Amino acid sequence: MSENGETAFTSVLEKTQEEKLPGGLRRMTLNMGPQHPSTHGVLRILLELDGEIIQKAEPDIGFLHTGIEKQAEVLGWQQVVTLTDRMDYLSNLANNLAYVLPVEKLLGLEIPPKAQWLRVMLNELSRINSHVVWLGTHCLDLGAMSMFFYCFREREDILRILEMFSGQRLMTSYIRVGGVALEPPRGWEAVLGKFVREFPAKVDEYENLLNTNPIFMQRTKGVGHVSLEKLLDLGVSGPMIRAAGLPWDIRKSEPYSSYEKFDFDIPCYPESDVYARYRVRMEEMRQSARIIEQCMAGMPEGDWKADASKVVLPDREKMKTQMEALIYHFKIVTEGFRVPAGEAYVPVESPRGEIGFHVVSDGTSKPYRVFMRTPSFGNLQCLSELFVGRLISDSIAGLGSMDFVLGDVDR
Amino acid sequence: MLPDNLKDLIVPAALEAWDAEALAGGSHEFGETTLWVRPEKIVAVCRHLKEQLQFVRLSGLSCIDRFPMEPRFEVFYLLHSIERNERLRLKVALPGESPVVDSVVCVWAGADWYERETFDLFGVHFTGHPNLKRLMMPEGWDGHPLRKDFPIHGHKYSYQNE
Repeated sequence: MSENGETAFTSVLEKTQEEKLPGGLRRMTLNMGPQHPSTHGVLRILLELDGEIIQKAEPDIGFLHTGIEKQAEVLGWQQVVTLTDRMDYLSNLANNLAYVLPVEKLLGLEIPPKAQWLRVMLNELSRINSHVVWLGTHCLDLGAMSMFFYCFREREDILRILEMFSGQRLMTSYIRVGGVALEPPRGWEAVLGKFVREFPAKVDEYENLLNTNPIFMQRTKGVGHVSLEKLLDLGVSGPMIRAAGLPWDIRKSEPYSSYEKFDFDIPCYPESDVYARYRVRMEEMRQSARIIEQCMAGMPEGDWKADASKVVLPDREKMKTQMEALIYHFKIVTEGFRVPAGEAYVPVESPRGEIGFHVVSDGTSKPYRVFMRTPSFGNLQCLSELFVGRLISDSIAGLGSMDFVLGDVDR
Repeated sequence: MLPDNLKDLIVPAALEAWDAEALAGGSHEFGETTLWVRPEKIVAVCRHLKEQLQFVRLSGLSCIDRFPMEPRFEVFYLLHSIERNERLRLKVALPGESPVVDSVVCVWAGADWYERETFDLFGVHFTGHPNLKRLMMPEGWDGHPLRKDFPIHGHKYSYQNE
């Protein structure tokens, strides 16, 4: 209840009264969401309509706010990794990586090449996963229902591979401070190799289905244009910027985790409409498959965890034979590890754009503050740009082309 | 005013040459530059950085609560310049009693939700913000959850009247 006794719900009801405009015209306020199929989660938008044209759009977020930043302050440094999985549940490996990189920076850890290669490989796999889910749901919004089934066929393959690596399908928590959680499973090369070999043909199949579909083309081409200056001003990042003609990709401009050693292109189209965003993401999936192939071909030998006995859990075998390993294991499990005081921020290119964790340590075994700069939150701010002055049906296409995850927005 | 290792960097040196009064200090650690800005100068500094030094993006904005130390709040601005391929962190120190700072929405439209979120979760007021309402918590929520003196368990709130 707010101070004057007016609840959020009654204020909406009042706003829903049709407003009279001069000349006998009427403007209507429409409540879209929080439960609406095209909002991909619990996003509520208050629309003011003049006929079919949107005059004003006011997004209302926070329905999925679970206080992850607050929880992070009472968990140990390593435990926060599990929280990051639950923000953006479609690209959890990018979240894991964005969190562990600044922590490792503060700790001064050197990550062995094999762990870095595994991180890159699985990040690209989760990029494909995220784009495939985006494509399926976006086409569902636009009325192309069968795409959803094609896309989820590939998603199932990816989730099986992630399960092989981490034991989990969605909340993998595979990337840990100091390396990765587990040794790669036996026989992973065959499974992943088969997927990567077949995947480019699948992207061709999607394009074949969509680019010859006149309804899809008419609903995406020339729809939802926003200028590059406006997008940059609003803090938008990721594929939306690349679809507006600026080839900015953090993997190239500020390489992390050995991305500079891989060869890939940045797809970039100048139109800045829904169709350009679709083409950028399709091309990114092909490039991701290319990076995974390079990872598999050049996977380095060696350890998958950093050589830091105070941070990384020791091997089971060492615990049984070495007293120090047993002591370190006990210390890490009971009180965690301490991170030197300081602040760090490392941007990472997630499938949706720039994700980064501003990590503040006061020298104890828990983070003092973790600010989560999530791509969906930044990108969703251009919602009214995509809505105002457009038809409702076009705004739905624009909304889908933003590719946000509400768990990532609300945290 | 600035430490020696910052004087060699282009952006801090340019800022100091432009207005030495605006900066209250700075540091350069782990390859990341932090500049402390006097609260009353934050909008002018941000505008100068955006228009003269190509920091076209505000990547993020939030706050750190140093309770019970004073000044209690540190509002930080994560700036990014694609052209220079450079990042910069600005910081503003605010007192615990009445944390108020000028809004930078007039410089970057994208600051809107970040400032609303910081107002919601920390209780920092941004003067000149066009629509400073709660963003994450319900409208009638009492307190600011990310403050260090806000308990993690045991709050009482009824959702029944919503």
